[in-house]
Formats: sequence, structure tokens, C-alpha cells
Amino acid sequence: MSTLILLLATGLGLGGLYFLVASGLSLIYGLMGVLNFAHGSFLTLGAFVGLAAGNLVGAGTWGGLLLGLVVGALTGAAAATATELGLIRPLYDRHIEQVLVTVGLSLATVALFEGIWGPNPRNVTRTEWLASTTDVLGAHVPNTAFLNVLAAAAVLGGIVAFLRYTRYGLIIRAGVENRAMVTALGIDVRRAFTLVFAVGGAAAGLGGVLATQSLNYVSPHMGASLLIFAFIVTVIGGMGSLTGAAVASVVVAVLQQLANFYLNNTGDLIVVLLLALVLLVRPSGLMGRPA
Amino acid sequence: MSGPNVLEVRGLSARIAGQQVVHDVSFEVPASGVTAVLGRNGVGKTSSLRAILGLIERSGEVLLDGVRVDAERTDRIVRRGVGYVPEDREVFAGLTVAENLRLAERGGSTAEHRELVDTLFPDLVRRAGQRAGTLSGGQQQMVSLARALLNENRILLVDEPTKGLAPRIVTEVAETLAAAARTVPVLLVEQNLQVVERLAERVVVIDAGRVVHTGPARALLDDPDLVQRLLGVSAGEHDPSGEEAATTAEAGR
Ligand SMILES: Nc1ncnc2c1ncn2[C@@H]1O[C@H](COP(=O)(O)OP(=O)(O)OP(=O)(O)O)[C@@H](O)[C@H]1O
Ligand SMILES: [Mg+2]
Repeated sequence: MSTLILLLATGLGLGGLYFLVASGLSLIYGLMGVLNFAHGSFLTLGAFVGLAAGNLVGAGTWGGLLLGLVVGALTGAAAATATELGLIRPLYDRHIEQVLVTVGLSLATVALFEGIWGPNPRNVTRTEWLASTTDVLGAHVPNTAFLNVLAAAAVLGGIVAFLRYTRYGLIIRAGVENRAMVTALGIDVRRAFTLVFAVGGAAAGLGGVLATQSLNYVSPHMGASLLIFAFIVTVIGGMGSLTGAAVASVVVAVLQQLANFYLNNTGDLIVVLLLALVLLVRPSGLMGRPA
Repeated sequence: MSGPNVLEVRGLSARIAGQQVVHDVSFEVPASGVTAVLGRNGVGKTSSLRAILGLIERSGEVLLDGVRVDAERTDRIVRRGVGYVPEDREVFAGLTVAENLRLAERGGSTAEHRELVDTLFPDLVRRAGQRAGTLSGGQQQMVSLARALLNENRILLVDEPTKGLAPRIVTEVAETLAAAARTVPVLLVEQNLQVVERLAERVVVIDAGRVVHTGPARALLDDPDLVQRLLGVSAGEHDPSGEEAATTAEAGR
């Protein structure tokens, strides 16, 4: 029983990280039709820069973590904005080229990060509370899981409110449905593109700093490994569906944890099988609109 | 300064997926009244409108109030004062009626515009909170028209607003357009010749992506042989006195 609770709790925590990456991927794809392979780099950069900023205040302090989260999110947003303006926008509506550019950028930035911070993972210093566990019905749940779930829920709530109550949110929702018609109403949809990249980049940067707390290290490769699962989550949830991404994040992460424990470390395999199953039965994903 | 023509199209060509669908189309839209674009199915009427707006790849000249706009992005052209009511309505199904309308307001929208729209479409006021995707075809067409009428426009581009609607709704739509046309010139793609007769002063007939006839609407509609030749509708099918019969160019195909 306590094992099951532990697996569910860590699954939820991991799902929170997946969602922080997948939310941006899903929004970007939904609005712009771009598969953003550079999204992992926003996460990694956010993690390194956020941690560095936090260390200025004090490694392993709450103040340092808070500053790190804010700086990580801002860094992710800035990197994403620069990417959209500099590389994506000039290739407006040329989706293949846009995707190729993001692939190139992700490869180049990982190499750059290795050059700056070295290829190997570095340990991080966490606050005492985050480095320990909380007893939940006999299970020792890592406290980072609570933090991740909290952050993911806050980001989900924030993005939903943004989409529902702001004019740009309205433009984005309409644009996901029919982008050409949005422009035919006289709206410069490209500003919404930049904004979506910025929001997605912020969530990824935040996720990067949080991931260092769960993993207890920071590495130039952490973005890439999270990105793979975030893509799977995005496809399973339905490209472009935020709630789909949220549900799929939890499902994928929990399933992964359960399979890793009960089925001989087959978590990744099970997730890929789930992806194949969803693609066969519901090609548009759990909550995606049929193409 | 605005000349006699609000819109001039010169040598417009357009392609979709590499295929040329509009060939060297030229015509003018005067600064008042309704100019109808006619032609059989698939001849390039919709594509011509989309090319004017820059929604598809195009070449040639498009002048709005004498200013060349053919190098501009769609949203810029629209903000110059073009109201577009697309074929098949293209309302945002997942947004509410109110959200569809709010999205369409271009800043120049005034209380007067909103009042006008509320008066023309009382049904939409009642259904403000309903998702547009759950509206009937006629109601969706009202949303689509309302989106255009919410703004101060130099011209309206309206593509088959009566397509697939019941005769009574066709009449309603025609009346709405007639009211709108009193204040803003309209370029109207329409297959229903009765609606054309009721609204249009001039016609532009397109066939196979080219303009094959332009002139006063009367002259065309009063010449059954010409109608038959250009639109494929036999004179007998066109009954100008009929109240609600939906005679369309499609019928002749
Ligand atoms: N998305 C598309 N892909 C390929 N061909 C297209 C596409 N849209 C239109 N076409 C082609 O372009 C030509 C012109 O189409 P268009 O829609 O402009 O005709 P139309 O005169 O508006 O017809 P209708 O009266 O049926 O609305 C047609 O031959 C059509 O098959
Ligand atoms: Mg058409």
C-alpha cells in the first residue's frame, strides 16, 4: 500500500514536470503548427541561469530557490522570445523549415551548454525540506513531488485564466481553431505567436529549475530527456489541448512509475506502447479535435 | 484620396498548392452599392476574394481607395477597412457568440456599431453565451455578418452568404445586406440570382478563373440567353417574380 502511494505521488510529481514542458509545446503546436524541438533548451538554460541566480542569494535557501524559479522562468521566456523572433518568424508558415531550425537549435545549444558548464551533471544544493520526505500513510514521499504538483497546478491555472480572460487569450483560442480567419479579422496573429512562445518558454524555464530539485543535479542534457516524454504527453493529450496535456502528463508519469516498479523497469516501453495505442485508437489524442 | 472606385483589381492571379486558380482577373468596385461576382461552382470566385485579402498566394495589383495593398499582410489590409464574410461562415466554433464578436472588434468599433448589430440580430444577443459551434447554419451566418458589421468598413467582401440556408433565412440575410449596402459598398459572391437581382447593381462573371463579363446586373438578368451561356442556368429556371424559390446557378449544372 505504501509503495503504491509512493509511486502515485512520485508519478504526480514527475507528471508536474512533464506538464510544465508539454503545456508550451502544446500551445505552440496548437497555434502555429510548429513542433518545437528547442523547447528542451529553454528548460536547460532556465535551470542553469536560474540556479546561478539563486546561488547569489544562497544555495540551499528558500530565498535562493524562489529567485531561481523567477529567473529561470524569465530566462526561458527570453530565450523562447528570441527564438521566435529570430528564427521562427522569418520562416512564417514554412513548417518543415521551422521544425528543422528548432532541431538545429537544440543540437547547437546542448553543445554550447556543454562548452560552458561541462558535459557532466553537477549536484545542486537543496533546502533541507526539499531534500527530505514527508510521511503519507506510511509512504516516504519526496517533498519535491509536492512542489512540482503545486507549480504545475499554478501554471495550469494561470494559463487557463490567461486564455479565458484576456484578449490575447481569446486570440490564441481562436487562432488554434482557425488562424487564417483570425488574420482576416484584422488581427496580427504573429504577436500571439511570440507571446505563446514566451509563455511556453517561461513554463519550461520554471520546470528546469524544479527539475534540478527533483533530480538533485543540473546537466546540459536534462532538457532533451524531459522533452521526449513531454512530446509523448502532448501527442497523447491531443496536440493543442492544454487540459489534454495536463491529464496525459499525470497518466504517462504515473504509468511510467508503476511499470518501472512492478514490471521490471519497463516504464519507458509502456509509455511508448501507450502512445502507439492512442495513435491507433484516437489519432487526434485524448482531447484533441479530429483533424 | 478616394476615387470613384473603392476597390480596383488589376491582373490578379492566384495559386493554391501550386495550381493557378485565378487568371489575370481585373474589375472595379464603385464606392457605393452592391457588385455581385457570379459564376459556376469552382470557377474561382472564393479564390479571388481570398487573393484580394492576401489569404492565398497572389500576384497583380489590388488598390483600396487608390492605394496599392497587394504587398501587405492580410491583417493590415483588413484594418484598412475591409469586412470579410467568408464562404461557410468560419465562425470560431469553440468560442461563444459574444467572444466571436469581441474578437472581431477592430478598435474602430463604436457603440453605434454594436447597437446596429444588436438591432439587426436580436437572436445573437439572446445567445451571447452559446458556443458558436452549436448554432444553426443561419445563426452562424448572422455571427459572421455581425463580425463584419461591427467595424467601420470601406468595403465588405461577402462570399455566398445565403448558401445552404432556408428560403426565409435567405430573405433575412438579403435584407441585412441591403441595409448594410446603404452605408458601405459590398462585393458579393452569390449564386442565388434572386438575391443578386434584389441587391446588385453590377455584376462580374467569372469562368475558369477569368472575368468573362462585367456590366449592369439588369442587363445580364434580363437576357436569358446570356445567363444560360455564362452561368449555365436556363431562362426557365430563373424566375424573377418568384418570392422564395431558390434558383441558383448550381441548378443548371
Ligand atoms: N484548398 C484547395 N486545394 C486545392 N484546390 C483548391 C482549394 N481550394 C480551391 N481549390 C480549387 O480552386 C478552384 C477555384 O475554387 P473556388 O473555391 O475559388 O471556386 P468558387 O468559384 O468559389 O466555387 P463555389 O461556387 O463552389 O464556391 C477550384 O477548381 C477548386 O477545386
Ligand atoms: Mg466559393
